Amino acid sequence: MKLLRLFPDDSKFRFVRWRVVTFPFSAAVAVLTLVIFMTVGLNFGIDFTGGTLIEMQAKSGHADLAKVRETAHAFNAGEVEVQEFGTGGQVSLRFRSQPGGQEAQNKLVADVRKTFETEYDIRRDETVGPRVSGELVQAGTLGVVLSIMAVLGYLWFRFEMNLAIGAVIGTLHDIVLTVGFFLITREEFNMTSIAAILTIVGYSLNETVVVFDRTRELLRKYKNIPTEELLDLSINHTMSRTVMTATTTALSLLALVLFGGQAIQGFANVMLFGVIICTYSAIFVSTPMLIYLGVKTSARAAAEDKADKAMREAAQRRPAAPTAG
Amino acid sequence: MLHISKWKTIGVLALCLLGVLLALPNVLPSHVRDQYPSWFPARTIVLGLDLQGGVQLLLEGDADKFREDRRKQLLEDVRRVLVRDGRIGTTGIAQNGDTVRATLRNATDMQSALEKLRTLAVPATQSMFSGPGPVDVDVAQDGPNVVTAKLNDQGLAARVRAAVGQSLEVVRKRVDILGTTEPSIQQQGADRILVQVPGYNDPTRLKEILGTTAKMEFRLVDQSVPVEQALAGRPPEGSEILQEDVGGGQTRPILVEKRVMVSGADLTGATPGFDQRSREPIVQFQFNNQGARAFGQVTTANVGKPFAIILDGKVISAPRINEPITGGQGQISGNFSVESANNLSVQLRSGALPIEFKIAEERTVGPGLGQDSIDAGTKATIYAAIFVVLFMFATYGVFGFIANLALIIHVVFIFALMSLLGATLTLPGIAGIVLTIGTAVDSNVLIYERIREEFRSGRSMISSIEGGFNHAFAVIIDSNSTMAIAAIILFLLGSGPVKGFAVVFILGILTTVITAVTMTRMMIALWYRSTRPQTLPF
Repeated sequence: MKLLRLFPDDSKFRFVRWRVVTFPFSAAVAVLTLVIFMTVGLNFGIDFTGGTLIEMQAKSGHADLAKVRETAHAFNAGEVEVQEFGTGGQVSLRFRSQPGGQEAQNKLVADVRKTFETEYDIRRDETVGPRVSGELVQAGTLGVVLSIMAVLGYLWFRFEMNLAIGAVIGTLHDIVLTVGFFLITREEFNMTSIAAILTIVGYSLNETVVVFDRTRELLRKYKNIPTEELLDLSINHTMSRTVMTATTTALSLLALVLFGGQAIQGFANVMLFGVIICTYSAIFVSTPMLIYLGVKTSARAAAEDKADKAMREAAQRRPAAPTAG
Repeated sequence: MLHISKWKTIGVLALCLLGVLLALPNVLPSHVRDQYPSWFPARTIVLGLDLQGGVQLLLEGDADKFREDRRKQLLEDVRRVLVRDGRIGTTGIAQNGDTVRATLRNATDMQSALEKLRTLAVPATQSMFSGPGPVDVDVAQDGPNVVTAKLNDQGLAARVRAAVGQSLEVVRKRVDILGTTEPSIQQQGADRILVQVPGYNDPTRLKEILGTTAKMEFRLVDQSVPVEQALAGRPPEGSEILQEDVGGGQTRPILVEKRVMVSGADLTGATPGFDQRSREPIVQFQFNNQGARAFGQVTTANVGKPFAIILDGKVISAPRINEPITGGQGQISGNFSVESANNLSVQLRSGALPIEFKIAEERTVGPGLGQDSIDAGTKATIYAAIFVVLFMFATYGVFGFIANLALIIHVVFIFALMSLLGATLTLPGIAGIVLTIGTAVDSNVLIYERIREEFRSGRSMISSIEGGFNHAFAVIIDSNSTMAIAAIILFLLGSGPVKGFAVVFILGILTTVITAVTMTRMMIALWYRSTRPQTLPF
């Protein structure tokens, strides 16, 4: 049987050399993202702004958007966003937090329900108060910051500081570009988006760690290899795995995009973008970054080699590894 | 050769079997599930509200309103203990924010005034385990003839917390009246209650039922001066002006005594009904012994006078007492609709909420959307599995087949663990499962690529396989740990559906390490022993 091979064996691509292109490119995209972020801003969902979201579906299968918009404005509830989505006449209405406080908010939801009930099925309604939305913003920001710190700590403990910094720079790069994806597509940014970003943080580090693990191993094997060559070798060695994992992950995300339904599509789109970006950054951003950050000397590597060997033996003893026989 | 001990094989197989047994109840019809032996945890995964449909409300105790009420209460209390009960002469009692200042006529009364005020400084809460809570009134002397009583934040916070805790039971009783199955009512943090009512679709009614404290009082109407005169000047000592509902959204002022003759706490029952003559909706109520006695005494002594029925500071109606009511039963006729009479009787039966609640968050998912999400999620899961399984098989042949078996066990384990833990499956959780299908094979890929590398460098089959597993182990642990760190932080900080995603992702990382490292190794050893191949099949 002829089996599939996505990446050639014994490849000798000079990935790291591409940094003269990828570094300026990534930096430019990151700066552009920051500019758009400052000027245009994210399309925050009600999780973070507070307000009311109502989703409904026309019983006739066709929504008269103009009429819905007109009716919605007649509630006098300030700015209202009316959007059609999916197929079969689904409409979403988004109101800002009402100045009249909770009573005004309740009245609005009740009014909207009553007004549209005859022609539409109310599929979902959500109201988030200002205090809760403030807390969600806090939790979201804290989550992203904490996860980066925690992972930095872990990598420092397992590898060394320079590698940890390289990995974290790659991860920050991925976060920024993912935010850029939200900015360009105008995809709603809500609590699920934070989940997507944290998952991307995990995936990004996963990718980088696999390459760095190989760097560490090769460093022990070839004590006096130039850094650039060492890094190229690490990437080439792990490349077939990188491509495989990116493909399987992308395939399952593709299933989500195609069949997961409207509610989950946003998440899947972001993740799909994230997987591509993470793969790119592991190869072209965080690993080449080590040229400037430096990798540890062979003397230290040798010293740690012993410690690592001891740990591996300990690890083997625990899950009762197979013994040659 | 790759040797796996017999006990280990049995252990792994038993683990798989256990996983299947734990996961199985989720797909079995309930009458089959009932036949599981009683000692076996035949639980099913709980579907989140976003999949089941239902209403979720996050109630937040209104601390500002509570403080406001406590301030009023403090002023009253200071007046009571100093002037009315203590007979201490004062030239003025004034309130400024949280502080009440009383100026004594004679500085010689200072000691006794302080003593009297200290009776107000009782612990805000009392717990059997942690002893008395913080005192919420600070008493102090301010100059030769001024005493102050001040509310403190610590005590107030303790009171709010306690009031929210006491409200849980009331909220539960009120929600139970809706007759839905398995509503969940939980306290969150110091001042919040999360109410989840699966399968319910009318947030407006739920908010009406929970939105009022339903503090009911019966007080006499003060007829000593006309209400207009009281409005123009000051109401007589011991009376206050409230608004009376006269129907059609209109109110009119009415002068009532402050003294509560009978309170709603003494009610034992309340049912909606119709007045026999007017056919108007009414609420019939019943008092306990104490309430019945008090009600009987008041109505006997005040025949002919109007009696105000007050709910949450508003006069619902003030009917004239035609005859003594001694049976402990009565009826309230206000300007009720059938629904509002219904709501009021629900609220009266469940008792008053000790604190007013605001709605901090509301989420309603219609049943149609929930089902659609389940269908779409199932479809995506199946297709993701097909894509990945085909791709793995096309790339690794027999090894791919083994990875796919491990993948299936991995998904079964996720369901088994979620059932066992009683975890909630949400829509993002389904996305999590689909995503782990893609990432779960990563460990296998790491191992296989390593085996391949070892083999290509000229080592024997057996040593390549061993080398592959051994070398890949550290990187599997490292890469999954970083993933797990992100997922755990998401679990700690996320709420609701997002938490559901984190749970699935953490469990997924856990099971993938187990399945890839242990089960794949076992299956490859079996394969090797039975076929003795000389070369790698991929």
